[in-house]
Amino acid sequence: MSPETMELFRYFIIFIILIFITGVYCILVSFNLVRVLIGLEILIKAVTLLIILAGYISGQVALAQAIVLTLIVIEIVIMVVAGGVVFWAFKYTKTIDPRRLSNLRG
Amino acid sequence: MITLDLILLSILLLFVIWTVMTVRLVHAVVGLALTSAILAVIIYRLNSPLAAVFELSVCSGLISVIFITTVSFTQRISKERFIIRRRERLLRFLYLPFIIIVAGWLLIKYLRIPQFSLPSAASVTDARLVLWHLRHLDLLGQVIILIAGVFGVVVFFKETNK
Amino acid sequence: MVILFILLPFILLLILNLPFKFLNARVASFLSAVLFLTQVFSVLVHSWLHWSNQALILGQFFKFSLVLDPLALVMLLTIGIVVFISLLVARSTLTTEKRYFNFINLLLVSFIGMNATVLIADIFSLYVFVEITAVAVFVLMAIEKNRFAIEGTFKYLVLSMIASIFILTALAFFLMACGETSFTGIHNAFLAGANIILLNFAAALFLCGLFIKCGIVPFHGWVPDAYSEAQSAVSVLLAGVVTKITGVYVLMRLFISVFVLKGNFGNVIMLFGVISIVFAALAAFNQNNIKRMLSYSSISQVGYIILAIGCATPLAILGAVLHFFNHAISKSLLFVNAAVLEKKFGSTDISIITGLGNQLPVTSATSLVGLLSTAGIPPFIGFWSKLIIIIALFTAHRFVYGGIALLTSILTLAYFLYMERNVFFIKTQEPGQDKERVPFGLKFCEILLAAIIVGAGLGLPFILNSQILRGFLRS
Repeated sequence: MSPETMELFRYFIIFIILIFITGVYCILVSFNLVRVLIGLEILIKAVTLLIILAGYISGQVALAQAIVLTLIVIEIVIMVVAGGVVFWAFKYTKTIDPRRLSNLRG
Repeated sequence: MITLDLILLSILLLFVIWTVMTVRLVHAVVGLALTSAILAVIIYRLNSPLAAVFELSVCSGLISVIFITTVSFTQRISKERFIIRRRERLLRFLYLPFIIIVAGWLLIKYLRIPQFSLPSAASVTDARLVLWHLRHLDLLGQVIILIAGVFGVVVFFKETNK
Repeated sequence: MVILFILLPFILLLILNLPFKFLNARVASFLSAVLFLTQVFSVLVHSWLHWSNQALILGQFFKFSLVLDPLALVMLLTIGIVVFISLLVARSTLTTEKRYFNFINLLLVSFIGMNATVLIADIFSLYVFVEITAVAVFVLMAIEKNRFAIEGTFKYLVLSMIASIFILTALAFFLMACGETSFTGIHNAFLAGANIILLNFAAALFLCGLFIKCGIVPFHGWVPDAYSEAQSAVSVLLAGVVTKITGVYVLMRLFISVFVLKGNFGNVIMLFGVISIVFAALAAFNQNNIKRMLSYSSISQVGYIILAIGCATPLAILGAVLHFFNHAISKSLLFVNAAVLEKKFGSTDISIITGLGNQLPVTSATSLVGLLSTAGIPPFIGFWSKLIIIIALFTAHRFVYGGIALLTSILTLAYFLYMERNVFFIKTQEPGQDKERVPFGLKFCEILLAAIIVGAGLGLPFILNSQILRGFLRS
């Protein structure tokens, strides 16, 4: 593998790790259920970029794209279901604060 | 060109940080759509045009619509609580840029990728051919998960509570 | 032929949703019950059928790469039994007919997902069907839409997605290192030995993701809330198969057949298993809610299976598979009992429910069977599986782990007997509040599961000689 591809790869990995850190921070520190979902979305985008990068580096561009396509479909369905759960959580507690969801302890 | 990729990646990181740190929820959803757009451009530059256009149309468009629909079902909090919230939230999220800068500097200095050998080149190079001829189980999986999603919508949004 | 395990439920799902008026919940439940029993039956007599991996007519158009080996047969049997039980429990505990119809459809989706998970030979397709099962279970857990169920669902959703992120990251690294995602490709890449650092790192990430999905300490945060607050039939499904198939089975398959790893991984897996066993057994002590206590005991039993997988000798793997089957049946029985209690009294709090031995004779007898089997008392099947695991640990010279497993088993027994005595056998002054009869469907489930436990426990030498396990030991 040529050194400039290696260099590019290294920068991509660094940025992907930084996006991961941002997503995890968003999930941990947010007080709003929809923000937790946004943090999850950011993590999924980072993983999508990582898969495409893996496909580019290893030459398997077609397989990586097929994986990403299926992944995007799964992501949509999960976000719709999560939206439904947040909707009902709001109906019960009149707020979307995850601290209020700490009824179940232990 | 490496520099164009680096510029695009930096813009992506900037949009992601803005999405997390912004105060209003609708702005965050718009930020998510913008990051999807920049991500689509980066993916296109990595020789994956099909994935790029899918990411652009679906993640940038459909998921933002889903989020804004969800947000619009919930209520706005009152004005004074909003100001209190904004102040305490700024304190919490202020750490994020510092963490990113410190982590970035550490990674640039110390991250070494071990040398690894690459696998052989692919036999089929078109993504559409791979998907339709080799990965039938994934297609079946997509159909089934969409059916599950439809039932999810029916359960959550159609019935009235007892 | 193997593809029928996936296609038949799919066709049934499509048929049930056609816009005809007579396709209501009753027809749907009858047809799905027939389907689940067909699966159980076909596994039990599989040596008489002629399995072939060709798919006859379908094989010309579609190319599905599915593998049916003896481990998958045991899993299919377990899935068939527990899903059938869940269907019957739901018939008695769901409130409206429309909800029951939605329940059946989502149950079929999760059934397809789990069947496909045990038959697939490719990592990414495995992930897709694990996600299908997870999505179906998310919606099922919240099907009654009461407040605590929504909370449990949200926690399970977020943690399951984080686990998926780990798994996908590991998948990306596998793609980088060996260019394919099929089991044979990755196995060859491990054997070739070119990118060992990258492959080991990817396997470690995969392991983190799978631990979250299994519910192993310290990644067990979602388990008590999800198991205890989900709707009763869904608790049976979750505790019985979903957590185990989407987490423990995938771990078993990958870390035994596909990845070729050095000894350190085995030690790490065993360590996490032992921590789970001890921590969850202790945490089950001060729980007031029956379902929460059962969920902690689930974590503990899954710790036993993980401990045996980490040991990785053939005897240990046999113990792991046997304990898998045993725990699925016992835990389903205990959750069905909890469903009966909940239906009669409206709550699962131990401090409220006491002294029921006279009113619920079937429930108390079967819960005694279930608890003793979980704790590992002869002649129930739990005794055999724990015995095999402990013997395997001792013969592999892991005396500390074996000793801890044995002691915790005694601890579990002590607490279970205490709870059993409190709930069922104490004589109270006044009778219980509600006098309605337990529905027949629930009684039938309990008796069936208890019969399986006792029968399999007594007949274990015959089972060990049978085709399934003989073929399994050979592989």
